Amino acid sequence: MKTPIATSEQKQSIPKKETDTILKVSNLSIFYGSNQAVKHATFDIDKNKVTALIGPSGCGKSTFLRSINRMNDLIPIARSEGEIMYEDVNILNKNINVVALRKEIGMVFQKPNPFPKSIYNNIAHALKFYGIQKKKVVDEIVEESLKKSALWDEVKDRLHESAFSLSGGQQQRLCIARTLAMKPNVLLLDEPSSALDPISNAKIEELILQLKDEFSIVIVTHNMQQASRISDKTAFFLNGDVVEYDRTETIFTNPSQQKTEDYISGRFG
Amino acid sequence: MVAREQFHVELKKVTGLIIELAEETERALQQAVHALYASDIELAHKIIEDDVDVDRKEMEINEEAILLIAKQQPVATDLRRLIVALRISSDLERMGDNAKNIAKATIHLGEDHGLTVHPVIEDMKEIALKMSDVAKKAFENEDITMAKKLAELDDKVDNMYGEVVREMLEETATNPQKIQHIMQMAFSARYIERFADHITNIGEDILYLVKGKSIDLNQ
Repeated sequence: MKTPIATSEQKQSIPKKETDTILKVSNLSIFYGSNQAVKHATFDIDKNKVTALIGPSGCGKSTFLRSINRMNDLIPIARSEGEIMYEDVNILNKNINVVALRKEIGMVFQKPNPFPKSIYNNIAHALKFYGIQKKKVVDEIVEESLKKSALWDEVKDRLHESAFSLSGGQQQRLCIARTLAMKPNVLLLDEPSSALDPISNAKIEELILQLKDEFSIVIVTHNMQQASRISDKTAFFLNGDVVEYDRTETIFTNPSQQKTEDYISGRFG
Repeated sequence: MVAREQFHVELKKVTGLIIELAEETERALQQAVHALYASDIELAHKIIEDDVDVDRKEMEINEEAILLIAKQQPVATDLRRLIVALRISSDLERMGDNAKNIAKATIHLGEDHGLTVHPVIEDMKEIALKMSDVAKKAFENEDITMAKKLAELDDKVDNMYGEVVREMLEETATNPQKIQHIMQMAFSARYIERFADHITNIGEDILYLVKGKSIDLNQ
């Protein structure tokens, strides 16, 4: 059963309308103490599309990504201003159910981080945490998630082996499967293939393109070619500002801002 | 330090090769028209032989551009710069072919054709060479105002070509036994008109390079 991330009182009274937007970011600022890491970011993230966040290290893109499922809550000096509207709820609202939010907005990190458990239990563990106990149901979700993450064929005969027996690329797809098992609406990927070899990277990219039919994906990447290959829209961050946000095709062929052009052409420095 | 300095150096090298190729095609046209007026068969043969150098240079530009695309994976303006280099070198190669075709017409005409080469052909050549000069400067400086001027000059060449063809047709009526020769003259005018068209294409490429969108200069 779906746990509401907010009570009806917490939901803001904005009219519901048919839209292709999954997340509406308005005037979002994020601070670490006195340092402002994200400055007044305002843009809509499209439903069932891949949105890439690019920019040099320290530009605020990962901070932005982490704020979408409230990972910044774990940093004591971090605070946010502005809004990220998701299903009519400002997910920055202090009173929302963060655990339920993270179930709907899942995240995969740069370095594969499987649990020290079997392949099967990496996925089953979270399901059990959320009260799904029936073996048949768990088995089905494990299989479905591994199929969606394009890992099933490689692991179906060794589901009870340690997740650490998998290669780096497989471990990352397992982490994606683990997130998919929660049936999220949004998938946040923080440089998911930067630690992988080109073949594993290509598999992750293929996977992302397949997954966007079902999920809305936001990906942070330092790989310009990856952003241009897999994303529909791209936001370029620099020193906390969103310098440009446009269709990926435009960003990589004819960006409107010189700073964007300089960055994507590798002319920074 | 400017990032990707080596890439810049290599891009400049491609630009330099394009300018060299443009100069070679200008020289070929200049000589071809001279050979036509002077019925200089020897020079006409030399122009045909020299066209191999034009073809070789076009290939060199293509190889450099493709290698840079593969090695540097350029985007936005850098990518357009290399795409435009490929397109311009192709137009320049065709311009070289047009000059070569005038040389072939000169050989067909022979030394004793007894006709006066229409004076407008010389004027057409002068405008075509001016266009080439404008195109080179517009390309080097990425100057779209200059690039747009090419369309006006091309219109002049087109009008002159129309004039030459009309007069040649009249001449075929009065001088039917010379029809083969007159046709060669008309073809020569046509080759200059095509030469100028290719320069207009280069103007469009410069607009694409700077603006990032395709613009038809003939409209």
